[in-house]
Amino acid sequence: MMSSHEDDAPLPVSDVFFAMLRRDVRVARRELPFFLLRTTMQPLLLMVVFGYLLPKMGMVAKGYTATLLPGVVSLSLALSAVQSVSLPMVAQFGFSKEIEDRLLAPIPSHLVALELVTAGTLQGLLAGLFVLPVGRLIMGAIPGLGFSNAVQVFSVMLLGAATFSALGLLIGCAINPQQIGLMFSSIIGPMIFFGCMYYPWKGLDSVPVMKYAVLVNPLVYVAEGMRATLTPGMPHMDLIVISFALLTLLLLFWWLGLRAFMKRAVT
Amino acid sequence: MPGMIETRALRKVYLAASRKRVTPPRGTATPSGGTRAASSPQQSGEIAALDGLDLEIHEGEFFGLLGPNGAGKTTTIGVLTTRVLATSGEAFVAGKNVATEEVAVRRRIGVVPQRPNPDRGLNVIENLLFHGAYFGLSHAVSMQRAMGLLELFEIADRAHAEVEELSGGQQQRLMIARALLHEPRVIFLDEPTVGLDPQARLALWDILRILHAQGRTIVMTTHYMQEADELCDRLAIVDRGRLLALDTPSRLRLQAPGSTLIDLTIEGDCAAAASLCRRLSGVQRVDEASGDLRAYSDRGGELIPALIHAVEEAGCRVQNINLSKPNLETLFVSLTGRKLA
Repeated sequence: MMSSHEDDAPLPVSDVFFAMLRRDVRVARRELPFFLLRTTMQPLLLMVVFGYLLPKMGMVAKGYTATLLPGVVSLSLALSAVQSVSLPMVAQFGFSKEIEDRLLAPIPSHLVALELVTAGTLQGLLAGLFVLPVGRLIMGAIPGLGFSNAVQVFSVMLLGAATFSALGLLIGCAINPQQIGLMFSSIIGPMIFFGCMYYPWKGLDSVPVMKYAVLVNPLVYVAEGMRATLTPGMPHMDLIVISFALLTLLLLFWWLGLRAFMKRAVT
Repeated sequence: MPGMIETRALRKVYLAASRKRVTPPRGTATPSGGTRAASSPQQSGEIAALDGLDLEIHEGEFFGLLGPNGAGKTTTIGVLTTRVLATSGEAFVAGKNVATEEVAVRRRIGVVPQRPNPDRGLNVIENLLFHGAYFGLSHAVSMQRAMGLLELFEIADRAHAEVEELSGGQQQRLMIARALLHEPRVIFLDEPTVGLDPQARLALWDILRILHAQGRTIVMTTHYMQEADELCDRLAIVDRGRLLALDTPSRLRLQAPGSTLIDLTIEGDCAAAASLCRRLSGVQRVDEASGDLRAYSDRGGELIPALIHAVEEAGCRVQNINLSKPNLETLFVSLTGRKLA
C-alpha cells in the first residue's frame, strides 16, 4: 500500500520550490486581466491626465512626460509587487488558511517565504514591463527616452520589484485582515505622493526638509533609478546610491518580513 | 522504531498576550481522579496548552485524542505536524524529530485541518496535482492517484469545478484526498466532522474506516464521544494539556465509576448538599460543579429519593435530575469535572 516508503527517496527542495512557483504562475495567469487592471489602472490614468491631457492643455511643459514616465513605471512595479504578496498573505494567513498546504509541504518554511517574494518580484516586473510601452503609446514621443541602458533598466526594475515584494511579505504577515484599508490609506498613499514619482528628487532642493525626509521612502529610489536608466538626461540620483539604498532596503524588508512570516508559520 | 508517534514530556506554554488559540482553563470542579498529577507551578500570564504530555501511538493504529475545547488537542496536532514549536519535551513522527527534522516529518504525514482550507486559486483537480508536485510526485502519478481518490470520495464529477462550488462535506473530502495523495505514513485529522451534517458525518466515518482497514496510522481529535467510540482503537482523554486516561474505548468504559451517574441540578449551597450526599451508602463518589451535583451510584436509580432527601436536608432544592449509564462521557466527566461539548 505505502509503495515501499517513497518518502525515503531524496526530494530536492528546489523541486518543491519550483512547484510552488508554478502554482503562483498558474494562479497569476488565470487572473492576468484582473491583475493588470488592479495594478496598472492607477498608473495608466495618471499618464492619461498628467502625460496627455495636461500637456495638451498647455498646463504642464511638454518635457514633463520624461519625468513622469519613469515615475509611473516605478509606481506600477512597486504597487504590483507589494500587493501581489501582501493581499494574498493577509487572506491566506488570516481567514482562508490556504497557505497551510504549502507550510506543510516538505520544504523549510523560510523557502516558502522566499518563493512568495520571488513570485511577487516576477509580478512587479511584469507590471513594469507592461506599463512602459503603454505609457509611451499614451504620452507620445518622450524626450531623452532611450533603451541603450536596457541591462541597467532591467536591473533597477528587478531590484525595485524585489524590495517591494519583500515589503509586501512584511505587510502581509504583520497586518490583520481588518486593517487592509488602513494599510492603503496610511502606507501606500503617502508613499505614492512622496515617492518622487511626479517630480525628480532634485526638484525638492527648494524644500530641503522634504528632500531628506522622503529618503525613507523606498519608492524614491525606484523612481530615481528608472529616471537614471530610462531618461538619463533628466536630473536623477547617482545610480550607485540608488542601488545601495535599494539593496539595503531589500535586505531590511526581507529580514523583517521573514521574521513576521516565521512567527505565523510556526507558532 | 518503537512507535509511529512518540511524545515525551511535551509542554507548550503560550504567553497570555499571544494566546489566540488557547482558552484558559476554567472550571470549578475538583476532580479526584488519580491519574492527574499535581498542578505544576505556572508563572502568571502563562498558559500551558500542553503540560507534560507522553503519548505513544503504534503503526496502523486509529488513535483518538478526546477532550473539550482548550484541552490541548489542536496544540498536540500542531506540534506533531511541525506547525507548533514545543516549549520543552520531544516528539517523533515516523522516527523523525518534529523540531529538528521538520521537512522529513512533513513528507511522512498528511493533515486534514479543522476547517477545509483548499487553495482557492486552483480548481479541485489542481489542488491535488499541485499538492502532488510539492511532494515530488510526477504529473502522471499525481493525476492517477488524484482521480482514484476523487472517485473513492465520490467527487470525481467535480474534478474541474472551483472549490467554492463544493459543499462543506465535499470540501472536507477533498481535504482528505489531498492529505492522502502523497501516501503519508500518518494521517492527522483535527475535528474532521465539526460543521458537517449527520449524513456527511456518517459518510466521512465510512471513509475513515476504509483508511484504517488499509493499515494507515490515523490520529484524530474530536470532542464527540460517539465518534471516538465508534472509530478509534485507542483513546487518549486529555484536558488542560495533560493525559488523563489512555486505553481502548471498551476498557475505558469499564473505568467509569459507579454503575449509574445521577446528575442533579440544584438551587442552594452545593457544597453542603454534596457532603450530605457523600454519606449515603451506595454512593461511590459525588462531584460538584456550579449548581450541579454528580453522584456515581452503585444501585442505579434506587438512590434518587435518598439523594433528594439529602439535598433538601442541606436546605437546597432539586430542580432537575438526569440519569445516565456509565460511558465515555461519564468517565470524562469524572476525570475532568467538565462536560465535553
